[in-house]
Amino acid sequence: MSEIFSGLFTNYYETFAMVLFGIGFTMLFLHPNMIKKIMGLNIMDTAVYLFLAAKGYIEGRKAPIITDGDTSAMSYINPVPTGLVLTGIVVSVSVTAVMLAMTIRLYRRYHTLDIDEIFRIVRKEEH
Amino acid sequence: MEIFTNIPCISIVLCLMSGVICSVLNWKAARIWTYTVNFLLACASFAVLIYTISTGEAFVFRMGHFSAPWGNEIRAGILEAVLAMFFSIIMLFSLLAGSKHIEADVKESKRKYYYTLVNLMMSSLLALVYTNDIFTGYVFVEINTISACGLVAIKDDGQSVVASAKYMIMSLLGSGTFLISICLLYDITGHLLMSDIKRAVGELLATGQYVEPFTMIISLMTIGLAIKSALFPFHAWLPDAHTASTISSSSILSSLVLKAYIVLLIKIFYRAIGWENILEAGINNIIFVFGIAAMIMGSVFAAAQKDVKRMVAYSSVAQIGYIFMGFGIGTTAGVIASLFHIFTHGAAKSMIFISLGGIKDVSHHSTLFKDIKGAGFRNKAAGIAFSVGAFSMIGIPLFPGFISKINYAQAAIEVGHGKMVLILVTLALSTILNCLYFFHALIDLYTPTDIDEYETLDMYGEREENPGFIKARPLYVSAICGFILLNFFIGIKCDLVLELLSKGLGMFG
Amino acid sequence: MSRKRSDFENSFFGKLSRFVNGEYTPFKEESGYSVDQTETERRLHDDFFKEAEWTKKQNEADSYVSEYEGWAETKGIKLYNRLYRILAGVVCVAIIAVLLYTVSMLPAFGNPDNPANNEVPERYIEKGLEETGAVNTVAGMILDYRAFDTLGESHVLFIATICVLVLLKINEEDEKEKKLAESDDRRLEPKNDMILRFGARFLVPVIELFGIYIILNGHLSAGGGFSGGAVMGAGLVLYLNAYGFKKTERFFTMRTFSIVSVSALLFYSISKTYSFITGANDIESFISNGTPGNIISSGLILPLNICVGMVVACTIYAFYAIFRKGNL
Repeated sequence: MSEIFSGLFTNYYETFAMVLFGIGFTMLFLHPNMIKKIMGLNIMDTAVYLFLAAKGYIEGRKAPIITDGDTSAMSYINPVPTGLVLTGIVVSVSVTAVMLAMTIRLYRRYHTLDIDEIFRIVRKEEH
Repeated sequence: MEIFTNIPCISIVLCLMSGVICSVLNWKAARIWTYTVNFLLACASFAVLIYTISTGEAFVFRMGHFSAPWGNEIRAGILEAVLAMFFSIIMLFSLLAGSKHIEADVKESKRKYYYTLVNLMMSSLLALVYTNDIFTGYVFVEINTISACGLVAIKDDGQSVVASAKYMIMSLLGSGTFLISICLLYDITGHLLMSDIKRAVGELLATGQYVEPFTMIISLMTIGLAIKSALFPFHAWLPDAHTASTISSSSILSSLVLKAYIVLLIKIFYRAIGWENILEAGINNIIFVFGIAAMIMGSVFAAAQKDVKRMVAYSSVAQIGYIFMGFGIGTTAGVIASLFHIFTHGAAKSMIFISLGGIKDVSHHSTLFKDIKGAGFRNKAAGIAFSVGAFSMIGIPLFPGFISKINYAQAAIEVGHGKMVLILVTLALSTILNCLYFFHALIDLYTPTDIDEYETLDMYGEREENPGFIKARPLYVSAICGFILLNFFIGIKCDLVLELLSKGLGMFG
Repeated sequence: MSRKRSDFENSFFGKLSRFVNGEYTPFKEESGYSVDQTETERRLHDDFFKEAEWTKKQNEADSYVSEYEGWAETKGIKLYNRLYRILAGVVCVAIIAVLLYTVSMLPAFGNPDNPANNEVPERYIEKGLEETGAVNTVAGMILDYRAFDTLGESHVLFIATICVLVLLKINEEDEKEKKLAESDDRRLEPKNDMILRFGARFLVPVIELFGIYIILNGHLSAGGGFSGGAVMGAGLVLYLNAYGFKKTERFFTMRTFSIVSVSALLFYSISKTYSFITGANDIESFISNGTPGNIISSGLILPLNICVGMVVACTIYAFYAIFRKGNL
């Protein structure tokens, strides 16, 4: 047990990232309000970026922009996670926009943001 | 002959570009353009298939000037080429058959976007099939998700938007899980390229490092892709999305989108993680249990439906269960049976959805059991297509579904006693349930009724001249003929397909 | 001799001095358009009708359901909600616990010997300058080494725009729908807000210039197409907020959006295909890397950054405009 806690303490960025991921995931999964679902989605994605950013960091090194002609790998952090975060951000922006558009449509049609309520209305309409 | 290695890259980029171009064309031009592109893709994939068969090995295509762990790569072998060819053929037939329904269901100002979405989806399907890099996989999974949601929502009534929202939420949960598992895997292996991950994983496991995180990663990855491919407990979005959309979309969603995620999963299992590591971690047993549950529960749900389209959608849940069950068996024979079932289900289910579009036209615009009585006489092409699809799903000889079930039974006999009994019993039970609900639909379809009471409206709500019968539309009928031929080809030439699949799987390792 | 100009009354300072003296309010005179009273009324009328129809429908449906779902409607939902919350909490804690267990065994934070710090980032940093010509290693990585991912990613943005259009686009020919959407938009639009307009007049050029700077320096310093494009898009949105659609439609319509994003994406695809194919077949590419550190250097990275920047700026603006009135 103490190993787990010491591991969590060393990886404190990742620990927080995972807590945020869990919160975001649950919100996206179980919250009935569409807007809060979208917030959950963004929390979840941001948690992943925090995780990646923490993974790229190396103690005492600089951002990977070559300065003063110094091209030694020992002086810069790992650029790969940064690139992945860039890609991920674009994807999450797009997905958020699509979800918001859906929310607008659903609100116009059903006059509510509560997705359970919407399902209830749809089921009634089918009868 | 080296020039053929360029085809996979060119076909992916061609699809992306034609998606972009379609958004500025007018919709008729976009439609013709899409047909042409899909036809070209089928031909090109066939060329790749011939090339890989002739060389006898898979080839790696370097995307750019930098080789493996630094640059991106795509990879094509027999299996990839066959899948790409199959996907483009099904896509082409679905679009051809559903073109009139797209006109009816989608507003004119949005029709060109339908073809845009279709093209972009095709590019993502091809990329998922060909990719050799796990992060490229993630990016194209997202393209696939968004375009699939667009294809559902484009019908533009309340129900389809709700279904699409549900689909989007579940898919996003899946992609979130998949993304975090990629990040964790990158953290412990330091690579994103599949073959390098496999090497690193081998080294890690040999020294006994990171065993628990590794198991966790595989589970997360499997859960993520299982949510997206609607494995049983995560299937809730599927029936709505497949029922609410226009028929081409239903057919594309059920036979291509679900399959692409499964193909990506099997690719990751074989090429990135190593099949023996999966077996060692015991993940396949969990997949097996869920697969068995899906086979039974999907069929039970399907039997309880009042709407044929919904019933067919639930039947997809059961068939996805078959595919996962095959992976769960854990032997090569099981995996090959599952790969074969991807083809069986893809060819049959898309045809059933297409035929339901035709049935709906002659049955008061509804697919409820009580409305479709006698529809097989009123729209003959649709009736025949539905019967062929249903026979295949039930597993009647000559049809591909029969071969699938034989394959599963053979794979079951080779494994241990416990699994064997379970598989055989479930197969039998599932077949009975399949019979039950598909024959229910078939009997209703061919119950003679008074034709005159069905005033046949065409899709625009205008009366057809000849009451009771719908004009045979050449495109619809020819696409259905194509589907039937494809089904019979897979059913009769099953030896050829199976040989290609086993050779292709051999190239995977 | 009077130094006052003859049209002093209407000049900027004239107005300002009158504004200070309280003789003049800019809100009345400067309004580029007046809110169409009849239209608003009609809209309210429409809304009222819709609402009434809606409640009627609801009531019918409710009475139908209550016949067989009486218990579920009253007590069931309450109980369900309470259970649901508890369940959600449990799920959340379970997910977090499982993930934390995994995290506790991962390689340590900030350690240079982690598996991720292998030969891959090493080459990106050590050879990147020479092989891609980009001073910013991340730009070199995403636009040259791993360009295929980025190609997919820029199409994700495009497809999201298409989906938003699919969901929200109004039919241009349908006059009623169009008017409704426009009057809907006017309710939310700030009506000639002085502060906003003055702020925008100074800020928009600065923001746009800053966006261009970020895009053009993507290969030299932190930044690049995506961030610069987002900044430019934000500037356009600010301009739209301050001056309304009438002003922005003079330079940004559906046509502009199509032309800019389609040509940028096509250029991106074609140039990258060229580089993929020359790379894979070991053909010498005619694109040279130039001198690292110059603005015109690093081969395709600068043009690609510009393309991506234009696509992103258009997309951000398009999202906002479509959300507001269903069209560009």
